[in-house]
Amino acid sequence: MSTTTVIAEQAGWRGILRLAFRNRSFVIGFVITAVIAAMALISFVWTPYDITNLVVADRMKGLSAAHPFGTDHFGRDILSMIMIGARNSIAVAVVAVALGIGIGVPLGCWAAARGGWVDEMLMRFNDVVFAFPALLSAVMITAIFGPAAINAIIAIGIFNIPVFARVARAGALSLWPREYILAARAAGKGKAQITIEHILPNIASILLVQGTIQFAIGILAEAGLSYLGLGAQPPMPSWGRMLFDAQTRMMVAPHLAIFPGLAIVVTVLGLNLLGDGLRDVLDPKLRRER
Amino acid sequence: MKLLKSIVLASALALAASTSSMAQRTDVVIGMVLEPPHLDPTAGAAAAIKEVGYANIFEGLTRIGPDGTVHPQLAKSWDISDDGKTYTFHLQTGVKFHDGAEFNAEDVKFSIDRAMAADSVNPQKALYSAIESVEVTDPATVVVKLKHPQGAFTWNMAWGEAAIVSRSSADGNKENPIGTGPFKFENWAKGSSIKLAKNPDYWGEAVALDRAEFRIIPDAAAAIPAILSGDVHAFSNMPAGDALPQIQSDPRFKVVIGSTEGETVLSTNNKKAPFDKLEVRQAIAHALNRDEIIAGASSGLGTPIGSHFAPHNPAYVDLTGTYPYDPAKSKELLAAAGFPDGFSATLKLPPPPYARQGGEIIASQLRQVGINLEIIPVEWADWLSQVFAEKNYDLSLISHVEPNDINIYARPDYYFQYQNPEFNKVMEELDVTADEAARKELYGKAQRILAEDAVNGFLFQMPKVGVWDAKLEGMWENWPLSVADLTKVHWTE
Amino acid sequence: MTAFLAKRIGIGLITLIVASVVVFSVLEVLPGDPALLMLGMNATPEALASMREQMGLNAPLIVRYLNWVGGMAVGDFGRSFTYSSPVIDLIAERAVVSLPLAVISLILSTAIAIPVGIFAAARRGKVGDTVSMGVAQVGVAVPNFWFALLLIYVFAVWLRLVPAGGFSGWGGGIWSGVKSLMLPAIALALPQAAILARVTRSAMLEVLGEDYIRTARAKGMPRRYVLWRHALRNAMIPVLTIMGMQFAVLLAGTIIIENVFYLPGLGRLVFQAITQRDLIVVEGVVMLLVASVVVINLVVDVLYAVVDPRLRVR
Repeated sequence: MSTTTVIAEQAGWRGILRLAFRNRSFVIGFVITAVIAAMALISFVWTPYDITNLVVADRMKGLSAAHPFGTDHFGRDILSMIMIGARNSIAVAVVAVALGIGIGVPLGCWAAARGGWVDEMLMRFNDVVFAFPALLSAVMITAIFGPAAINAIIAIGIFNIPVFARVARAGALSLWPREYILAARAAGKGKAQITIEHILPNIASILLVQGTIQFAIGILAEAGLSYLGLGAQPPMPSWGRMLFDAQTRMMVAPHLAIFPGLAIVVTVLGLNLLGDGLRDVLDPKLRRER
Repeated sequence: MKLLKSIVLASALALAASTSSMAQRTDVVIGMVLEPPHLDPTAGAAAAIKEVGYANIFEGLTRIGPDGTVHPQLAKSWDISDDGKTYTFHLQTGVKFHDGAEFNAEDVKFSIDRAMAADSVNPQKALYSAIESVEVTDPATVVVKLKHPQGAFTWNMAWGEAAIVSRSSADGNKENPIGTGPFKFENWAKGSSIKLAKNPDYWGEAVALDRAEFRIIPDAAAAIPAILSGDVHAFSNMPAGDALPQIQSDPRFKVVIGSTEGETVLSTNNKKAPFDKLEVRQAIAHALNRDEIIAGASSGLGTPIGSHFAPHNPAYVDLTGTYPYDPAKSKELLAAAGFPDGFSATLKLPPPPYARQGGEIIASQLRQVGINLEIIPVEWADWLSQVFAEKNYDLSLISHVEPNDINIYARPDYYFQYQNPEFNKVMEELDVTADEAARKELYGKAQRILAEDAVNGFLFQMPKVGVWDAKLEGMWENWPLSVADLTKVHWTE
Repeated sequence: MTAFLAKRIGIGLITLIVASVVVFSVLEVLPGDPALLMLGMNATPEALASMREQMGLNAPLIVRYLNWVGGMAVGDFGRSFTYSSPVIDLIAERAVVSLPLAVISLILSTAIAIPVGIFAAARRGKVGDTVSMGVAQVGVAVPNFWFALLLIYVFAVWLRLVPAGGFSGWGGGIWSGVKSLMLPAIALALPQAAILARVTRSAMLEVLGEDYIRTARAKGMPRRYVLWRHALRNAMIPVLTIMGMQFAVLLAGTIIIENVFYLPGLGRLVFQAITQRDLIVVEGVVMLLVASVVVINLVVDVLYAVVDPRLRVR
């Protein structure tokens, strides 16, 4: 952790970016992620077909020029479904990560700055949350509050809180004994101010790396929950639901299962590569090893 | 890769060993979708309880055959008094329960009294509502007195919930069901399978099977590979969905599309605005394209219905033309009802695929005429409490599987919240009419009233997708009751 | 060491108590009436009332909580509403599926991942490394239920080599039981193996970069000897941590896979119990899983302390 923060301090963000674009993983991951994100954005203004209009007569058509990925069991265009589904996957994962960062990072920083019982409480809170099997708890949460995208976000987001709290705490703890921070303290700055001015900017890079990882995990988790019927609800398409719907029709129309599955794999792969690339760039020790 | 190869090879060998040496088969594995919560038919509504037990483990005074008619079972025969209020049942003798206890008239009295008692948990208590008293005249004769004549009494006593249980073992039937049937309960691996074995002391015609296993396979995704790989030999009603053509084209299997008692309807809350307006309900009826719904929700296998009545019933009247698919007409009616721009409502959908898929199609169809439905998927527990018990819903989609259940529209507190004195009168007349022609007439009238009032969106009759090994015979082709009667099932080689 | 142990056990107990309160209160707000669910659409109000009484749904909340926790302390998890049999029996019936499934997956993933990780680390930057880590990278991204579907259609439906699903039970011998767990275990193991391989590789690289390894190499020790003798042993610490965590993940994370293969395991038990509002079963299984995570963490912590005495101070 400490080496990461050091490089961030020394190279600055622009330097890191320059390094990053020389990293193969980062570049591949960045391109994939950008394509998926672009797809999701374009779907707001344009999709090949209107998916709210079911054309049952055209159900389960194979690949064609009109429907490059075929149509589903309601005759909807699968490419359009995947584009809009990307929106859903990204939205769930982004909000879940934001929830984790928004609550976890302040908690972690507070624990690191304050120490003592606050720190102890945070660690115990983490113990409790980590002791709950994540997927099972997510199933419980969505079963209680009803299946919906918002509940999937909460279910996934809750488990992001301790992750970010722990990362932020570890990063912050490694910074507090630093000379410039001691100097700032000597200059009479408060802990909160130091945290905002010095700690946060310097742990931002590790949070970014952790963020991409949690983002990928979030997309997989969302797919799993919607596969179980607990995520986004129709008519909103989601990749996991598409797989669920495809399952019984796989022998008649395998394309129904293949494309949404690939969409998940490619997106998660892209995010993981992006995260790996970032870590390689930000962690000089590992980079030296390459 | 080497590891994978050796695993594959080893399992192939093991499989070959297990499939050799097959004589005339006397075992069968039946797939079923829902696991019963327990096995006592007198204490739970779940259809799965009856699917396992009906005619196999438990028997009643009478039974319903594959053709939907009433046959004698534990009652050899019966006499009906001229006023139609006294039934004298002559019982089979020499019948033993699986635990060795002797069956006689006292068990019949016990079973009926138990089901009628104040603390009874029988889910179909209404079947017994006409009974005034039960008397044992001798060990082989029971006299049942009714409060009023009831045309369907012997039919009522054929239901799975009317099973005859033993005085000594009734309380243990949930875990260890003891009946008089040709199969004994053997073992239940929860979540996995229920095993039955032949009852060697059976009083009636011996069954061909030595053992039968009900394998619980909750979803279509698992059902298809299970039947294709031969793990399961038969499904009474298979959740095959769109994979059916694949199975149909495979000569190893026989696929029989039969009828069920399941009227699938777009349940409508008739007391809640705007659905209390006839024009609105008519507008919805005109906006529904049944062909599309049937194609999408039942793989094209359902039979369209225009009222709440099964098409295979002799008293059925085809009313599908009452409000034909006509979006323009629908919009006019909406405008006339004061909704020229349509309105928004919710559609609560229970878990089965027909409901979830049909719901999506209906939402899309109603959107064409300006009705925006928010789809709310609910679990069974929530459906029962929110929609069914609390009537907190606008629209829902569900199949009503109880046989011959048009009378639910006369119930004052039923979740449709429908009230029509004219309809209630027809039902009252029906209950006391025994003449077949007159009954048919009344049923026709009742169907017309419901269709014209557009009480619910009447969609389609649920198909029964029977799938079994081509060498297996004796499975029911239709489903007058949702059961898996194995008494006539046998292998042809 | 005693003080350290006492503290860790104390923390474990607090976690369990907090978890029990959370689980109980969260599940008690669940809507839906289990009695109505049991009796169905034609039930009369009296039948419902007597069923509710029978099921013990009328006692006050706090009494039910204390009864529940007190019962669990002596191994009595209550009685299932839907199955009307003791919860502990249901759990035992299901654990004989889930536990072996988790163990087989863990063995599979370890057997694949550790050699691959070491191999990749040893050939850092070469083709073997790039290819194996590329595959691992994809493996991490594959949803296990999607992989499971592909496996079913290839091995069970097309090749008909293994059962498509279901569990034949251990009655027919170990092999027939293992056979029905094979595909689910592979589906579960793949993503875990991919993660573990990556962890093993980076742990190995980390250790190989340490000064003492460099010294050992500089002193002329053979590369292979250094790799196996020194590096592997030290790299095992993070690898074991991940494995400990993975076991917990596998045990609970079987929900989806058990649904795909209709295996009667713990995950399916909970999933069904939630939809059937069989609260007592959900509570029992979740608490048992939480307890197993707490115990695994405790064991891992203690092992660490044994390996590295400096950690005891924490």
